[in-house]
Amino acid sequence: MKQLVVIAAMLAAVVVNAQTKFESAMQRGMGMMKEAKSAVEMQEAAAFFERVAEAEKIQWLPYYYAAFSLYNAAWMDQKTDKDKTGEKCKELISKAEAIEKNADLYCLKQQIAVLQMMVDPMSRWQTYGQEGQQALAAAKQVDPKNPRIYYLEAMTLMNTPEAFGGGKAVAKPLFAKSVELFKTYQPASAMHPNWGKAEAEKMLAQCQ
Amino acid sequence: MKRLLLLSIGVMAATFGWSQVKVMGSLKDTKGRILAGSSVSIKDAYDGGLTDSTGKFKFKTFEKGNQMLVAKSIGYKTQEYPIVVEKDSIVVDFIMKEEISELKAVVITANSFEASDKKKSTVLRPLDIATTAGANADISATIQTLPGAQKVGEQEGLFIRGGSAEESKIIIDGSVVNNFFFSSVPGIAQRGRFSPFLFSGTQFTSGGYSALYGQALSAVLSLESIDLPERSEVQVGISPLFTSVGFQQLGKNKKTSYGASYSYTDLALYQAVVPQAPDFYRRPVFHNMDANFRIKTKRGGMLKFYTYYNASDLALRRPSLDSIGMKNAFALTNFNSFSNVQWRQPLGKGWKMTASAAISYNNDLINSQLQNQQNALVNSTGISVLDAQNFNIRVTNTMWQVRGVLEKKFGAINAVRFGGELWKHTDSNSTRVFSSRFGGTTNETYVAAFAESDLYITNELAFRPGLRMERSDLLNKINIAPRASLSYKLNTNSQFSFDYGIFYQTPERRYFRPWTPEQDFQRADHYILTYQHLSRDYTFRTQLYYKDYAKLLRTDANALEAVSVNGNGFAKGLELFWRDRKTFKGMDYWISYSYLDTRRLYLNYPINAQPTFAATHSGSVVLKKFWVKQMFGVNWSWNWSSGRPYLNPNKPADQFLSDRTIFYSTNNFSLNWLTKIFKSNGVVVAGINNVFNEKQIFGYNYSNRLKDAAGQFIREAVTPPAPRSFFLGVFLSWGVDRSQQNINNNL
Repeated sequence: MKQLVVIAAMLAAVVVNAQTKFESAMQRGMGMMKEAKSAVEMQEAAAFFERVAEAEKIQWLPYYYAAFSLYNAAWMDQKTDKDKTGEKCKELISKAEAIEKNADLYCLKQQIAVLQMMVDPMSRWQTYGQEGQQALAAAKQVDPKNPRIYYLEAMTLMNTPEAFGGGKAVAKPLFAKSVELFKTYQPASAMHPNWGKAEAEKMLAQCQ
Repeated sequence: MKRLLLLSIGVMAATFGWSQVKVMGSLKDTKGRILAGSSVSIKDAYDGGLTDSTGKFKFKTFEKGNQMLVAKSIGYKTQEYPIVVEKDSIVVDFIMKEEISELKAVVITANSFEASDKKKSTVLRPLDIATTAGANADISATIQTLPGAQKVGEQEGLFIRGGSAEESKIIIDGSVVNNFFFSSVPGIAQRGRFSPFLFSGTQFTSGGYSALYGQALSAVLSLESIDLPERSEVQVGISPLFTSVGFQQLGKNKKTSYGASYSYTDLALYQAVVPQAPDFYRRPVFHNMDANFRIKTKRGGMLKFYTYYNASDLALRRPSLDSIGMKNAFALTNFNSFSNVQWRQPLGKGWKMTASAAISYNNDLINSQLQNQQNALVNSTGISVLDAQNFNIRVTNTMWQVRGVLEKKFGAINAVRFGGELWKHTDSNSTRVFSSRFGGTTNETYVAAFAESDLYITNELAFRPGLRMERSDLLNKINIAPRASLSYKLNTNSQFSFDYGIFYQTPERRYFRPWTPEQDFQRADHYILTYQHLSRDYTFRTQLYYKDYAKLLRTDANALEAVSVNGNGFAKGLELFWRDRKTFKGMDYWISYSYLDTRRLYLNYPINAQPTFAATHSGSVVLKKFWVKQMFGVNWSWNWSSGRPYLNPNKPADQFLSDRTIFYSTNNFSLNWLTKIFKSNGVVVAGINNVFNEKQIFGYNYSNRLKDAAGQFIREAVTPPAPRSFFLGVFLSWGVDRSQQNINNNL
């Protein structure tokens, strides 16, 4: 009997351990992202998240972070092939979406669309701009309270020429909405995406 | 119990990773090239690392026992290697095998100019067609700025590498368009009928084109219409030259769309402001209507229907060269329609089907008159060359066609394509001259079967063999045309390709009479060597070619009837193209140059001569600058060519076409401005062609009977109707909220 208890306790330890192992890996990855000073370091974080994702296969978060760090790495080094990064990110996002569809994945989709649009804005804004817009619309349907949706929407408007209905004036209420939503926003866990508050506040200040 | 505890510590050690083992090694490919930034990891575990710039990796693992080490590198086949993790460090060196992939493989169609949204890197962008100065959003005029295309100012059409306009075919969604250009008016080149905004893909192959196409001795321009519009909208275009209205309705499920447009072009105002050399006694008026619907089918298939109608009328008169004080009047009434349906459907298992069908109809009514000073008809002068000016011609061309192509993908990116097509032509014409009427009807049934395959031997080497078989009822003959192209990649951005092919074309049906002796397919053999360097910011391409013509049609001295098929000729040349999007910030430019050496014996040529539509040297410089913040762009183009041959009847036959016109040069300017007008998305376009008022002479018309004091036939230069031409247009669209479709440059 005693032996059985020990075995049970041991197995429980392993199960608990498995959870904490994932969590600690996520923490480690997020640490790598936070401390990344160069595109290479950011890519390392992405590779790490991808490994975690491929090992777990049932968690969408590591896929999300793998794509998100690759996206960040693309902006850190202007020489990055944005199309290649974009395709890779889309692949990761689709794997994440097979597990769960949520607003943060749609937001990331929009960010990837903008990234690919930047390769050739003149001729791509119709296709990729549209793609980004559709992603944000889908995000609003899933979770209209996600403050990052409005931050990204406002950023897009901020960078659109005034002649085309962009500019500070139209972006401002959306930044404000984002900031407002951030006040009550609670991520589902410490591992869930929780970026954007400081950025939105900074942009809102710039619009004043 | 003790044993159990030990066991449990062992399990815990394994799970918590109390001991770590180093795994290291390197990644190279089969050619010994270092693979940096590749990932190596333990399968189904978190442990792993990336290779550094020397291709080495190193990481620690907490896993134990039998594990699988996985090496991944983009463009290479993923490799797995079993390892046993104990205490000692593990060293594994991977040699990665390249995967044949679209991203890395050599481009088979490097001999063509493509503008497409779908492909990542193309030489042209769809937008280029709308923003090339001087082209006024005319597809063929933009193509004239590319190497291989001649700048022929007095006649519409694509004159490619020494070939006449008839020797190039234009295809929309798989169907041949017979009357791509507005009907000919003597001495004035006409525009293409179709707006570049209808198309999302353009592929122009100046020679050595695919076995999927035929009946063009020179070149093929293939246009692909857009699938579904971005969103519903209403469009209005306003210009001193025309007014247009249209709409596009996108279904709620975004799987269907339909639309229609109408435009009315009237040059009355324009001709009042910009005087024209000919006297347009009936101002050019065009009514244009089109409609479309598009349905997205299952598995990414697409069904598209497009229909187009146009009616136009114009009349002009010029002083007669054959009699002082007399005038030649020319009136043209045209009706044209083209309807096309295309169904593209992936069938699964790598199969894809593309079926298309089209019907086209064209009717030209030409009325030519000899008129006196009072612009009244002069019926008879007793001089036959003058009286022959009074004639009426009615030409009707009907064509229907069906086509089917099946494609099967196999291996990584290999493909085989095969299919067939059937064209049926009915051409009838009736001419009345000297109060007698003659004419007739010519029928033609043309069938073709074709097959080709894309074979990638390695990423560096690809081969595309093709075969086409055609039969013409009119000729009662069959031909077999092999095509082949071999491409070799030197490095990431550069490649060579060699294209070869035999191209057949049935002679123009208008030369056929019931008594015409046996005819044959005209033939051209192409040999083309291409070098291309294509990166995101720069494109360099050079082509060297040789074309051999055989069995070209020969006619009687007046070029009216087919006589024999023993014509021949050749064309050889060198072409250069350079495009740079980077060196000057925000500016994009391209330079093209063509050298052409060609001679041919055909139609009514008495000797082998350089044809009137061929200039030895020609080139273009196209500049585009766009300010994203202001949404304002300026475009400049310079097109030039050395003098072209013209027919001088004062010369003996052995000096046929030995005269050359003056050097041709034109500088064109246009600007476009995107802005909000009445809550719509507005585009303002303005342009001037021939900014510097350069003197342009396309050739000479000679009198048939009047001679000057030196005994030479008098002549008149063929020039543009006005030295400069202008364009101004405002295009508005409501519905698409483009503020959302960000155009920014600095996100």
